[in-house]
Amino acid sequence: MSASYAIADCLTMLGRNLKRLRRYPSLTVMLLAVPIVFLLLFVYVFGETLGAGLGDAGRAGYLRYVLPGIVLMTVASGAQGTAIAVATDLTQGIIARFRTMAIFRPAILTGHVVGAVLQTMLIVVAVVAVAVLIGFRSGASVWEWLAATGLVALTAFAMTWLSVAMGLVSKTVEGASNLPLPLVFLPFLGSGFVPTGSMPTALRWFAEYQPFTPIMETLRGLLLGTAIGHHGAGAVAWCLALSALGYAWARRSFNRERS
Amino acid sequence: MPTTAISAIGLHKSYGDSVVLDGLDIEVPAGTIFALLGPNGAGKTTTVHILATLISADAGEVRVAGHDLSREPDRVRAAIGVTGQYSAVDQLLTGRENLRMMGRLHHLSAPARRCREAELLERFDLVDAADRIVAAYSGGMRRRLDLAMTLVGSPQVIFLDEPTTGLDPRSRRTMWQMIRELVRDGVTIFLTTQYLEEADRLADRIALLDRGRLVAEGTSEQLKRLVPGGHVRLRFPDVEELDLATRVFPDGSRDDEALTLQVPGGGGVRELRALLDRLADASLEVEELAVHTPDLDDVFLALTGRPENAPGHTENAPGHTEKEGAR
Repeated sequence: MSASYAIADCLTMLGRNLKRLRRYPSLTVMLLAVPIVFLLLFVYVFGETLGAGLGDAGRAGYLRYVLPGIVLMTVASGAQGTAIAVATDLTQGIIARFRTMAIFRPAILTGHVVGAVLQTMLIVVAVVAVAVLIGFRSGASVWEWLAATGLVALTAFAMTWLSVAMGLVSKTVEGASNLPLPLVFLPFLGSGFVPTGSMPTALRWFAEYQPFTPIMETLRGLLLGTAIGHHGAGAVAWCLALSALGYAWARRSFNRERS
Repeated sequence: MPTTAISAIGLHKSYGDSVVLDGLDIEVPAGTIFALLGPNGAGKTTTVHILATLISADAGEVRVAGHDLSREPDRVRAAIGVTGQYSAVDQLLTGRENLRMMGRLHHLSAPARRCREAELLERFDLVDAADRIVAAYSGGMRRRLDLAMTLVGSPQVIFLDEPTTGLDPRSRRTMWQMIRELVRDGVTIFLTTQYLEEADRLADRIALLDRGRLVAEGTSEQLKRLVPGGHVRLRFPDVEELDLATRVFPDGSRDDEALTLQVPGGGGVRELRALLDRLADASLEVEELAVHTPDLDDVFLALTGRPENAPGHTENAPGHTEKEGAR
């Protein structure tokens, strides 16, 4: 199997998945609607009160604080969509057909991952656009925006490999939709919506050491100019580790025989 | 191209305690149609999955298109095409896009791809539906597209796992026609089916699979010879005529209640004419005449002690639990 065939097969699979995403928009609409609803809910319903707790930042201040949490929530629900898409794919005979062909096998999963990361990034852009519309302003430079985009893409990459594995191990499509659900709630159990310092001890310990917190803190630092400190390295390390874990898990379950 | 397209020796497969294949030997000469016939759960799909590199056997030597299955699976994959029981088409793509995707995966050049696409759409009567999403296709159209996709890579050996299950009689005949045309082009076909008629009509050789073992193998004619020959059943208006007939045909077995006489013998024209002559010579009045030739049904019954087409065997409801996991 030459390298050019491998790349060609990955592109073919990517093309297939992008077409599928376009022709089945209801999932994308759901993935877009949920974070926007949460954004509006947290800014307009809870924003004034929660903002008051952040050193009198008010609603506008809370919008600035909560956006990284909402962005991670968007990435995590994108992962849920991927798990559903992968599990649905497996119920169809087409994957069995691919397995009986002399193609570059990782292309089947790579097509899903690249397609899903692109989809998630587009949804994140839409969510951030809504945030800007309702008053989000950032003093970040172009480089800081680029770094933030890169970090979100890296996070999406890690979450997508994890969710591909979850989709592969799920016996049903419903199972695949439930398995990544904890990821969607992970921003709540970190510094996404309120500072971890306000939580009870056990929860605070979890919130400070869970992977999403350094990612959210780094995003916050890049967009709002707050201190990043050791969180930057932590964020990248978590993303790489989760990507490797997700990749190994997905590969293993994909190569396992189904009968 | 080797003269033997598929050879399997001592194929074994079990899942936990349940033995699915129990020492299968199969040999399929190149350019022929081989049918593996058996009821649900006999191990047909498992056999196809093993031969098509989807799952590995616990034991056994397999060569497909001249390549060893366990040592060179990619060589085997490059030579085969598989059309499974569940349509292996992408529902959200159009027919043309499905074919194009297959062309890309076989690394055909763009002109070759377009040429093959147009040819297959034409051949499988899908030109009008080419740009519609497959989800809107009928069952018969889906199977045709499925087969067309299998042919994009010009495979030497084609596996068809129950290619007509769930199709209406007309679509089934169309599929049969298309399968016959494939062999004319020189490919080898390995077919599984639970329909006796299908195996009888299509296959050069038929193997009967029952609970993971081959119980018989041969041409349709050879298999039919395995069971006691056919007979002609004559029904008479009254006992007197029946008595008379019994004297003319002393080897017949009579049934006084039904007023019938079963005369052993085939349904050949010459044999039948001789029988009619003897009836006329004796001026026997026959109310009804029925010719019964042994069919594969009788063969299955004779070899397994169970009728092949027992209720629930011939009709394939979509989504058997046993095959749900076959994805």
